[in-house]
Amino acid sequence: MLTRRDFLQVAAATAVLTSQAPLARAAARQSITQDQLLAFKPVGQVTLLNFTDIHAQLKPLYFREPSVNVGVGEVKGLVPHLTGKDFLKKFGIKAGTPEAYAFTSEDFAALSRSYGRVGGLDRMATLVKAIRAQRPGNTLLIDCGDTWQGSYTSLMTKGEDMVDAMNLLGVDLMVPHWEFQYGEARVKELISKLKFPFLAQNVKDTEWEEDVFPHTATFERGGVKIAVIGQAFPYTPVANPRYMIPKWSFGIRDEEMQKKVDAARAAGAELIVVASHNGFDVDRKMAGRVKGIDVLLTGHTHDAIPQVVRVGDTLLVASGSHGKFLARLDVEVKNKKVTNYAFKLMPVFTDAIAADADMAAFIEKVRAPHKAVLEKTLARTESLLYRRGNVNGTFDDLICQALLDERDAQIALSPGFRWGASLPPGSDITAEDVYNQTAITYPNAYRSEMSGQMLKDILEDVADNLYNPDPYYQQGGDMVRVGGLGYRLDVAKPIGSRITDMTLLKSGEKVEASKPYTVAGWASVNEGTQGPPVWDVVMNWLEKKKTVNFGDSQAVKVVGA
Amino acid sequence: MSTKTSAVTRRTVLAGIGAGAAAMAVAPKLAHADKAAADDSLAKLLGGVKPHDGKVKIKLPQIAENGNTVPFTVTVDSPMTEASYVKAIHVVAEGNPTPGVASFYFTPTGKAEVSMRMRLGKTQDVRAVALMSDGTAWQASQEVKVTIGGCGG
Repeated sequence: MLTRRDFLQVAAATAVLTSQAPLARAAARQSITQDQLLAFKPVGQVTLLNFTDIHAQLKPLYFREPSVNVGVGEVKGLVPHLTGKDFLKKFGIKAGTPEAYAFTSEDFAALSRSYGRVGGLDRMATLVKAIRAQRPGNTLLIDCGDTWQGSYTSLMTKGEDMVDAMNLLGVDLMVPHWEFQYGEARVKELISKLKFPFLAQNVKDTEWEEDVFPHTATFERGGVKIAVIGQAFPYTPVANPRYMIPKWSFGIRDEEMQKKVDAARAAGAELIVVASHNGFDVDRKMAGRVKGIDVLLTGHTHDAIPQVVRVGDTLLVASGSHGKFLARLDVEVKNKKVTNYAFKLMPVFTDAIAADADMAAFIEKVRAPHKAVLEKTLARTESLLYRRGNVNGTFDDLICQALLDERDAQIALSPGFRWGASLPPGSDITAEDVYNQTAITYPNAYRSEMSGQMLKDILEDVADNLYNPDPYYQQGGDMVRVGGLGYRLDVAKPIGSRITDMTLLKSGEKVEASKPYTVAGWASVNEGTQGPPVWDVVMNWLEKKKTVNFGDSQAVKVVGA
Repeated sequence: MSTKTSAVTRRTVLAGIGAGAAAMAVAPKLAHADKAAADDSLAKLLGGVKPHDGKVKIKLPQIAENGNTVPFTVTVDSPMTEASYVKAIHVVAEGNPTPGVASFYFTPTGKAEVSMRMRLGKTQDVRAVALMSDGTAWQASQEVKVTIGGCGG
């Protein structure tokens, strides 16, 4: 985390930012420096570097954090379920600062003009190299997964661009989730190209219940014996197509996690790290049930938390997504215990960091054959386009509108994915931007008839994945997005009674349980889904529209939060 | 879960149980499946004995990967000696058209642990009840979500 002192000088610049004077913008950007981002007083013997959910983003981008991220039950009001002003207050961050821009959605469109893009793997590489140079022999770089999916180039190379990028970056180990979208054979092929372990203690073959992947990797850093145990996303065969990985069974399997922690300790590990793609709330519960995890690096739910969250003796780290942050956790280990630590979640402010030449050259090489597609401009947006948030995002509203128009449907459904970059007002929308929202291996845009009851059941089902009070029943996505349909969502109710007042927006008529409706959607997990790839649908629509403007939708009313 | 007990789906059910299990598969036909129907079915199996919570551990996924074949393991805390052993384990799925999933009968030897797969038609509670040699009954239950799918996550 950037210190308060680092930002004192920024305050003056931000004060005049609202005027959008080019001078103020330049001042704001210059006030953030690479040295400030890296500033860190080392502690102890081990430096853990961590990022997660890069979603194949090699290039800098904009990413707006959610404004709606409701927690229910025992996690109500706790991080990561704080957004906007509540988040700023909790962490003592001043509005308008680079930190406010990095960690919240407050004034996002305006601040994006001041502080610019974030991420870019060449910038990440610069930070990693600088820290390794400062802490040679002490540093471990851990990727918590969702690395191989999310861009046009990852889709075209079937994940290989990211495998090469991570090898070049010098990652020490990774855990999977979206990696599995390439299917069993391709996953095995890509693993054989990795120069580091691919860990998952919770993936078993369905026939013999035997481990499919290694579960633990051991390292020695700063004289400390470290065991890292990997955890894949437990609900991959439910949230993603099971037919692509029919022989693999997942689940949280926390009892087995306990056995692996105990075994690692018995084998002499002095520091036990778990790299997990469970999602933050699931990990928080697991940390309370599995004893002996020193550090739990979380992923999947894309939360960026500027401080370590403690559960008992376990330190939880949540390092955001899309290459926007690099987490550094230094730990001092004595007698197999963490006796001291220091933490900083560094926002990767693109303009403040020099690009690493090797990584920049690699990225150019990967993109060169695809330039014509990547750079094709389709339309322009007058409003901010973003995806993250529990119930809707303007980019999803755009996709749903394209589905409604192009597929001539009454209702559109779009999955509640948490990945996908943002575009500030006034941006061109390129084909690359469309792929950044849609690059999956099961993209067919179906058109079918569903009864009102079926639609309600789907909404209830997804709502329970998000708002079940027991985190172990949560799958970590957001609500399925809807077009042409409004409804009321009571997050405090049990499954079956959260969704009411389903209404067709066009006519204002109530959705009836027994009546059929034409529905267009994409990302069905069912095998053999028919229809054009969703990116074609969206791109055709954008080219006709030329200019789009999507304000925040009020079609879904959230209550009970 | 040991390799041995998890092997029950591979047509080695009896060997997998390893406790001299003699029979399984009890499925009383019921018109309306709900908690009351499941209670009724269990009451008959237990001869009216009221089960207490405890001693029984049921291992199930929170969310089924495939509702057509949901793995489960039931373990009962018992020394399995002549003096004290598990006579039977009954597994009931409260939301299935037919709640009875399986019954396992034991003799006093080995371990009171069974593994099998069952079909679950929808999201529901699954209950496992153990009838002990001292005439008491013990139970555990867990909700298993069977999601509709089709929308991605």
